[in-house]
Amino acid sequence: MLESILMLWGAIPVDLQTLLIIVAKILIIVAPLLGSVAYITLAERKVIAYMQVRIGPNRVGPRGLLQPIADGLKLLLKEIILPTSANPYLFIIAPVLAIGPALAAWSVVPFDDGMVLSDMDAGLLYILAMTSVGVYGIIIAGWASNSKYAFLGALRSAAQVVSYEIAMGFALVGVLLAGGSLNLQEIVNAQQGSLLHWFWIPLLPLFAIYLFSGLAETNRTPFDVVEGESEIVAGFHVEYSGMTFAVFSLAEYANIILICMLCALMFCGGWLSPFQGIPVLEGFFEFVPGIVWLLAKTSFFIFLFLWFRATFPRYRYDQVMRLGWKVFIPITIVWLLVVGAAVVFEIPPWFD
Amino acid sequence: MLESYLPILVFLIMGAFFGVAPIVMGRLIAPHRPDSEKLSPYECGFEAFEDSRMKFDVRYYLVAILFIIFDLEIAFLFPWAVVLKEIGMFGFLAMSVFLGILVIGFIYEWNKGALEWE
Repeated sequence: MLESILMLWGAIPVDLQTLLIIVAKILIIVAPLLGSVAYITLAERKVIAYMQVRIGPNRVGPRGLLQPIADGLKLLLKEIILPTSANPYLFIIAPVLAIGPALAAWSVVPFDDGMVLSDMDAGLLYILAMTSVGVYGIIIAGWASNSKYAFLGALRSAAQVVSYEIAMGFALVGVLLAGGSLNLQEIVNAQQGSLLHWFWIPLLPLFAIYLFSGLAETNRTPFDVVEGESEIVAGFHVEYSGMTFAVFSLAEYANIILICMLCALMFCGGWLSPFQGIPVLEGFFEFVPGIVWLLAKTSFFIFLFLWFRATFPRYRYDQVMRLGWKVFIPITIVWLLVVGAAVVFEIPPWFD
Repeated sequence: MLESYLPILVFLIMGAFFGVAPIVMGRLIAPHRPDSEKLSPYECGFEAFEDSRMKFDVRYYLVAILFIIFDLEIAFLFPWAVVLKEIGMFGFLAMSVFLGILVIGFIYEWNKGALEWE
């Protein structure tokens, strides 16, 4: 059996083999990703419910565990509405433009030492580019819908995302300064040593700004003015129904996971064990594979996103813009100079 | 060098596929019974008053212009940040001058009120 499969495999041209291996690897990344997206929607409802002393979804399956599947099926069976006044081509392209980059950005994310689809040197630049392209999905959706709420949502989204992109970009430059490379694997390996060697200490303000800009980029509370229900109904996706809406929310949650994982990789040592350098505990926890640490850190940040949603009221739009331009950007510029000086003077233990 | 970009191309194509496939499935499986009320733009139950692509505040435009300036700065900072260890003190001071000019412009636009939303 095995031999015949190997024979069959050998008969395939080499170029096609590489292609098939790449496709298989992509599926190995995307399948768990979409699965976690589904279950984050459940986790979100459960976490918020318990924070508000409710139970949350508990009807479908044991303790509501099958709820995301029911939600997905429901969306699949709902009619896709194409409004008469909308531009039909852009209307359909918009969700695809949102999810394509949100998934493709994962190709440079390392899950463990050497466990990465494409080990390219411009990794961070590529992620910045991909997350920027995703915004077009939102803007085009708002424009193509030809509906007032969608249009307002798209305008707000354009200005907001663009503003926070700058703070985010400056925070990334800080990470580059500290790590000395655009390659995410090398950035993680530059944090070797112990919990105190991770970049969250020297880059603490940038870390906070990256996390909060991430909230704004993915339109999460408290910065969800783009789709604020009480103001503009659902913002840019007010005209979307059924699977077109589902694709938008897939993209949104995939972006949330991406930002949380980048936080873990760039500021919290990625797959490095938090017990590194501590005499007894380091040996005791050595059996834990790196990917488990990475996923644990990522889950913690995702939990923070959910916690924020349950805790903070929505910002007013002018406050959102003020926070981005007048607080985040000045802080990042100052802190870039601080980190730059620290790198030049080789301040231990991070930059020696 | 270029091998590492092939997976990205494949991933982009597959990413688009993961966007198109659910929509096609939804179109095939879900019912499709459009009527004129259902297809009219949503406006809290009213008939749409006027064209929704209306005039909007010029500030959105201003923010976009400022964004281009700052994003370019970031593009300049990226290569500098990668090689700062090699170029040392000289590189640091040169970039300080560059950032200083940027900050002067930033203060100017702040005082001019380009960042105000009232």
